[in-house]
Amino acid sequence: MPAYILRRLWQMLPTLLGVVLLVFFLFNWVGGDPAYLLAGKISNPAQIESIRRQLGVDQPVYVQIWIFIQQIATGDFGVSWATNERVAEIFATRLGPSLTVLVPMLVIDTLIALAAAMLVAYLRGSLTDRIVMIGCTVGQSVSILVYIIVLQYLLAYQLGWFPVQGWGAGLAENLLVYSLLPVIVGVLVSIAPDTRLYRSFFLDEIGHDYVRTARAKGMTEMRVMWVHVLRNASIPIITNVMIQLPGLLAGAFLIERFFSIPGIGREVILAVERSDFPVIKAVTVYVAIATMIINLLADLLYKAVDPRVQLK
Amino acid sequence: MNVVAEDLPEHGSGFPGPWRLAWRRLRYDRLAMVSLAVVAFFIALMALSWTGWLAADWGREVGVSHAPPGLIGPDAASPAVQHGGAPAGGIQPDDSGVVDPLGEVLARIRSGAAGAADDGGVVDPLAGVLAEIRARAGAAQAGGAMRAATLPFGGDKWGRDVLSKVIKGTETSLFVGLSAALLATFLGTVFGAFAGYHGRRVDDFLNWFYSVFTSVPYLLLILAIAAVLSQKGTVTVVLILGLTGWTGIFRLVRAEYMKHKVREYVQAADAIGASHARRMFVHILPNISHVVLVQLSLHVVLFIKSEVVLSFLGFGVGVDTVSWGSMLNEAQSELLLGKWWQLAAATAAMAVLVTSFSLLTDALRDALDPKLK
Repeated sequence: MPAYILRRLWQMLPTLLGVVLLVFFLFNWVGGDPAYLLAGKISNPAQIESIRRQLGVDQPVYVQIWIFIQQIATGDFGVSWATNERVAEIFATRLGPSLTVLVPMLVIDTLIALAAAMLVAYLRGSLTDRIVMIGCTVGQSVSILVYIIVLQYLLAYQLGWFPVQGWGAGLAENLLVYSLLPVIVGVLVSIAPDTRLYRSFFLDEIGHDYVRTARAKGMTEMRVMWVHVLRNASIPIITNVMIQLPGLLAGAFLIERFFSIPGIGREVILAVERSDFPVIKAVTVYVAIATMIINLLADLLYKAVDPRVQLK
Repeated sequence: MNVVAEDLPEHGSGFPGPWRLAWRRLRYDRLAMVSLAVVAFFIALMALSWTGWLAADWGREVGVSHAPPGLIGPDAASPAVQHGGAPAGGIQPDDSGVVDPLGEVLARIRSGAAGAADDGGVVDPLAGVLAEIRARAGAAQAGGAMRAATLPFGGDKWGRDVLSKVIKGTETSLFVGLSAALLATFLGTVFGAFAGYHGRRVDDFLNWFYSVFTSVPYLLLILAIAAVLSQKGTVTVVLILGLTGWTGIFRLVRAEYMKHKVREYVQAADAIGASHARRMFVHILPNISHVVLVQLSLHVVLFIKSEVVLSFLGFGVGVDTVSWGSMLNEAQSELLLGKWWQLAAATAAMAVLVTSFSLLTDALRDALDPKLK
């Protein structure tokens, strides 16, 4: 096992190098000379020259890439161009609010989607199944923007059940007051695609012989579905949950933006709006690293839920 | 997807080809045929709007500001119209109302450069645009009395017809979705074909490329590229979505090529001296084209949704283009005033198109691959 983990970590290096090159190429070449962006519209050549020297843009390319790699390794991406806040500091303070919303969202969504998918897979072909499936297709086709705009307007602005937006100081307050509506919206958006997906995973399993055997042994339907079928369908389910994780971290930016949650997603949007390259670069690279590590964890989890899996 | 029907090879004998069989299966699926009709309707709408037959004058301010939906006409409950078209609280652009946002700055720069020979060479970059706006505002004022109090589907803040805007938005969003999907499918198919067919070094390299692209979450990658390009426009959006969205197709096509390259028909093609390129794209590609077609359809939906989000955030199409995303952006503040119709129109158009496209994709998959299920 340790040998396997080490080998996988070793294999991450070329991919990581690729991400570094991609981000570097994107921001330093496609994006044009960052000194001009930083200096603003009206500036003289001397100013530009001094900014170029500060940023290290006047160095040869390989030196610049080396500087970038050093930044990644040390976690020191310098300061934000827009606010002069340290990039590391931005990360440390924004991660908490993001997780406060994302963890409940993911847990609730997965549980509800699993139960709904189990039900419609069990009743496959029935009217309930067809209605739920069509409902999911329609629900999936409405933009996430509409969910946010309408629910925020109805539940918070009109009915006043939730605060329209904002963020408090304590974890309990945030969890019980401010993150409620964002979590509801997030669950509503992701439940339709997840239910469809999990239903297809269950349908793949339901026709197998072991299900018939379990029934023949006189097990209750609950036990057949929730123990036997669920465990056998767990590998694709774990894959799906794990795949969502890194995307959620940065991808919940719409929810964070609408509800003024000071999380990483909102920071990404602000950074894109202000061309704040150090922040975007840092987010991209670190989320890529997180993705690779989560993939590794997913593979290790496969082994845990299914001893037949060979890690090679 | 009409292509499927029209591109059918002519079989003289009674033996139906795979495409004809798939089409026959699709035709028996009533839901699929309805979806196909809806998608065809939207594509026709896009074509008509693009050629200028429909909604060409979406920018004209035909109604009062925030004209409510209804067919009642101007005489109902809106005294403002009889008084010459200036509704209470509405925005009535007139000549003096159009202010050059750069005027003050330019005046200051010019006075600073007064010592120079000419006027400092400072030209107002907005002069042309402003002249156009003023001309249009004048025309609007002349026709001000003609402004309708209600419009069939309502009006926006400037009194523009929401129906025309939805049609124009359909053009933008569907065009972006279709062309980005074509680009992504093309890239994914070509990369996948090379990786799967050649294997070894080529496969290693393209797989590395794939893992680099997939290790950055999709939306984050799109935003990063949007930040860098910082130049808005329909073509930019198509490029962003197409250049980042090929990874899923690559993976599937690669697997198909690995499966097919060892089959007998490919060996037979090798035996009669077909080149690698010919084997890849003339012999194998038609045999996996059903996978590609389903993926193409799937990605249209995905890209339409992404375009809406991008345009909403202001990183998508330019300010002078309507898309469903930019409509939703306006609708957000309108809703607080109780003006729900623009939100409803954009949402309904998008939901109908995307639902039909998704249902059609599912039906296509069933029809093209009957072994599934």
